[in-house]
Amino acid sequence: MISTHLPVLQVVIPLLAAPACILIRQATVTWLLALVVSWVSFLISLSLLYQAFYSGSLSYELGGWAAPWGIEYKVDMVNAFVLVIVSGISSIVLISARASLLHELGMRRIHLVYTAWLLCLTGLLGITTTGDVFNVFVFLEISSLSSYLLISLGPDRRALTAAFQYLIMGTIGATFILIGIGLLYMMTGTLNMSDLAMRIPDVSDTTTIHAAFAFLVLGIALKAAVFPLHYWLPNAYTYAPSAVTAFLAATATKVSIYLLLRFFFDIFSEHFSMRTMRLGEILLVLGLVATFSMSLVAIFQQNVKRMLAYSSVAQVGYMVLGIGLASATGLTAAILHLFNHALMKGALFLSLGCIFFRLNSHDIKDLAGIGRQMPWTMTAFILGGLSLIGVPLTVGFISKWYLILASLERDWWWLAVLIVASSLLSVIYIWRVVEVAYFKTAAHGNISEAPLGLLLPTWILVLANIYFGVNASATVSYASAAAGQLLGAP
Amino acid sequence: MEHHIVLRVVAKILIPIILLFALYVQFHGDYGPGGGFQAGVIFGSGFILYALIFGLQATKSVLPPSVVHSMTGLGVLLYTGVGVAGMLKGGNFLEYGVLSSNPVAGQHLGIMLIELGVGITVSFVMVSLFYSFAGYRQQELGHSETATNTQAHEQETVDNPL
Amino acid sequence: MTAIGLYNYWIVFFLMMAGLYVVVVSTNLIKKIIGLNIFQTSVFILYISIGKVEDGTAPILANGFSVYSNPLPHVLILTAIVVGVATTALGLALIVRIHAEYGSVDEEDIYQNEPSD
Repeated sequence: MISTHLPVLQVVIPLLAAPACILIRQATVTWLLALVVSWVSFLISLSLLYQAFYSGSLSYELGGWAAPWGIEYKVDMVNAFVLVIVSGISSIVLISARASLLHELGMRRIHLVYTAWLLCLTGLLGITTTGDVFNVFVFLEISSLSSYLLISLGPDRRALTAAFQYLIMGTIGATFILIGIGLLYMMTGTLNMSDLAMRIPDVSDTTTIHAAFAFLVLGIALKAAVFPLHYWLPNAYTYAPSAVTAFLAATATKVSIYLLLRFFFDIFSEHFSMRTMRLGEILLVLGLVATFSMSLVAIFQQNVKRMLAYSSVAQVGYMVLGIGLASATGLTAAILHLFNHALMKGALFLSLGCIFFRLNSHDIKDLAGIGRQMPWTMTAFILGGLSLIGVPLTVGFISKWYLILASLERDWWWLAVLIVASSLLSVIYIWRVVEVAYFKTAAHGNISEAPLGLLLPTWILVLANIYFGVNASATVSYASAAAGQLLGAP
Repeated sequence: MEHHIVLRVVAKILIPIILLFALYVQFHGDYGPGGGFQAGVIFGSGFILYALIFGLQATKSVLPPSVVHSMTGLGVLLYTGVGVAGMLKGGNFLEYGVLSSNPVAGQHLGIMLIELGVGITVSFVMVSLFYSFAGYRQQELGHSETATNTQAHEQETVDNPL
Repeated sequence: MTAIGLYNYWIVFFLMMAGLYVVVVSTNLIKKIIGLNIFQTSVFILYISIGKVEDGTAPILANGFSVYSNPLPHVLILTAIVVGVATTALGLALIVRIHAEYGSVDEEDIYQNEPSD
């Protein structure tokens, strides 16, 4: 009986826990509540993935109102996969959040931070689950507002200006999405995603639909940090608290990429987006430029966290590249990379959190000699870095492999060579950190290893990196099923 | 000081009317423009008007910040609670028809409670926003200044018992 | 439909561009928030103006009226207004904290002495 309500419970349980955290003022109790709720959401998302894979899409009508008039929650393979990513990362990062946030924020009212975290989780899960475009906007704003709040709490005072910049750009992006939705509603009279997919082909020659397409592309690309619209990301990720960066870096942009997939393959058909509006070529070029330019910028950073932030923009470039290739293999690569990048960046940012916990600095000079003083942390960083580069036996290799397969399918040898070349760039910036950590003399004495509470989630993600790199059959089958659903009949 | 007397008197007459109007807007959302958000803002503005005229300390003794923060949480819980109650009674989330034996009465009850939850949350969020923005300087300057302010206010109210 | 008949779209367009211009050009952080509000207001006007049905009255059931304007855009915009208020409140709270840290709300003063990292 509960299983019929699972799609809505996925969103409602964190939503119920958030005001409970305001009422419970105790720091540890709210952390436990957030942790338990996050794990419950993770279990629900696994159950939804299982159901979507073996039994087909689930649909849930809010308020009992039938589909095009009421709000419908629709869970299919694409959704369910992203739900697992978001709730899984939140659950794992929350394990480390207690010690890490206490160290970095040390505020009296830390229960409010968990409230914001749960609201962010609600928003991200809501964007993913819903089948109504205006509901997407509402949950997008919920998650965005709570992430602005979480980012502004960073220990450095530049977190405030970073959060403000992100607020301005993020609100403009969300308002562009709202304009696109409004124009779509004007032409079709419906807000339900499946209904829109049926009605848009009749009106797709009008300038209004073309304008709606353009606004939606801009808005979603801004939230996903696709190359020229990525400006808010480096500052926001660098100055936010470590646990928050690990959570947001592994989830927020992924959900926006999911929105890209949902809007441009499901609602506007693949034919319209790729052939008529030429979105494929645009994404291909932007993705390629992103991977090269952002990796190059990352090489020259002094702040290790900022380096990883630029690397995140480059990885989003890979995902966008896969979407631009628009074949079954290309989409499989993009969806796989959603999962893999979440694991990689989660592990890397969590290990940076461990380093910051002991060193209170992200500057690469201060990392000298850490390799011997914090062996477990640095090993985690190296393994995460190898995954980022795309070494075989790690999860990063699987996505790069599928991207190269997709480009070879089109006989574009030059693209495959470029993908390999940009991966080599990431070797350079990972090697910079490894060199300083292992081959320089220690800058500070008396640095002990990070506590177990911080190391445990880091190593869970690192081991997941390796496990899903060796045994990728499950993730590949889920991703290709999702890609098939997007390209074929929904 | 004269213009303060006019403000004080008029505020004391108007604030109860403002709060009553807010309740009217809240519960007449079915029949005219109104509903949770609008009513919440009007209700909150009643308290903010009081704070502007009589000072932040007086308002904080009438409506303590802890109460304000708790009420914002309670409003959201009321909203989600109504939704979950619909699920427990056999319908979907936010299905109002099952809340009462008669589906129409159930719809009426459901919407009323939902809007009440929204109204409570919005009004106390407005007050809480005012507290944090207006109270920021006082927090910075420390408690000694606020003590002198309260004394000055008490002196004023003794002089002009209106 | 003549160009003058589409006057609501011209208003939307004007407000949208004015709002974006203020956001991009101002160095004062509070003015940026105001520009954002103007930009969001233009979107509200877009939604509501397309919801009007010719000869339709306000979308509240009343005796003697049979043609009503579309209520759905009104509901969507109520939600969007609340979102706008929340964003403005958060932006202003951030500005209060920025002012406390840097002593100014002008971007040029804030970024002048900041070490680039």
